[in-house]
Amino acid sequence: MIKTFEVLDENFESSKRAFTSYVVGFLLSLALSFMSFFIIVKGIVSSYLALLTIIILGVIQLLVQVFFFLHLPIKRKPYWNVLVFFFTLIIVSFLVIGSLWIMYHLNMNMMGMPPFNSNEGRIPQ
Amino acid sequence: MKENFKENMIQKKEGEIEKGGSKSIFGVWIYLMSDCLLFASLFATFVILRHATNGGPSGAEIFDLHFVFAETVLLLASSFTLGIATLYAHHEGSKKKALRFIAITFILGLAFLFMETYEFMKLIGEGHGPDKSAFLSAFFTLLGVHGLHVLFGLVWMAVLYIQIAKRGLQHALIDRLSALSLFWHFIDIIWIFIFTIVYLMAFV
Repeated sequence: MIKTFEVLDENFESSKRAFTSYVVGFLLSLALSFMSFFIIVKGIVSSYLALLTIIILGVIQLLVQVFFFLHLPIKRKPYWNVLVFFFTLIIVSFLVIGSLWIMYHLNMNMMGMPPFNSNEGRIPQ
Repeated sequence: MKENFKENMIQKKEGEIEKGGSKSIFGVWIYLMSDCLLFASLFATFVILRHATNGGPSGAEIFDLHFVFAETVLLLASSFTLGIATLYAHHEGSKKKALRFIAITFILGLAFLFMETYEFMKLIGEGHGPDKSAFLSAFFTLLGVHGLHVLFGLVWMAVLYIQIAKRGLQHALIDRLSALSLFWHFIDIIWIFIFTIVYLMAFV
């Protein structure tokens, strides 16, 4: 009887830990979302600082959700999930940063050309 | 002897999970990661076309941040309640509680989808549809794809609710619930990025 109880107890412990992890994750996510919302709505800091802050808060929230909600198992033995996750992260950053980089430079190089199909290009009479 | 028994129990438990669950969950994980690539390209497109308003309205003129923040809270709460439902199914085997939390999640998700649809309808009604500018095309594509994911998740949730209600908490169903939970958390994470990059950055 005692033995069964101990196993149950362990199960109970892990369920309690998982529950705490969800509650903490939820509260942290709410707080982080509200912080970025508040910063933008109230306009308390200058625009570049605000941009930087909401990006950082967004990244923190990504980490919070990955660890507290998705429970990415960093410590457990088969690391396949983690491996795939980081591989995706690398591909995504290539995709996003690469696209932005190319398009930004493309726009810069187009600057000297007269814009077509746009009202701004008209020469005033 | 005591230790031995405990170890046996744990091994048996892990063995059961290993049988089918862990593999299919890994499959869902791979699917989610490939979905990440889809969203990454849509986000890149959106950020590039963000200022291409073609004489139409910019984001700051048409977005209502309070409305969007309410949507964010709804989706976050639904992610939390589905996590709790999974927990009840996994650890307590309590069908009633699991079903109740799945139902709450479904209602929250539905409310979110209604709000998103309302916003779309409002924008199109005001003449700010996806045909207005490249910015709005990218906006509607990104948000529309996210909304479709939410819709698909809700259909999945409804089917799973009926299955669990009829057949009880079988192992296969608990695995499906875990898979749905992963999918739903993923949608939530994508929304956090939409909230930050699409809505908040429009006001910077």
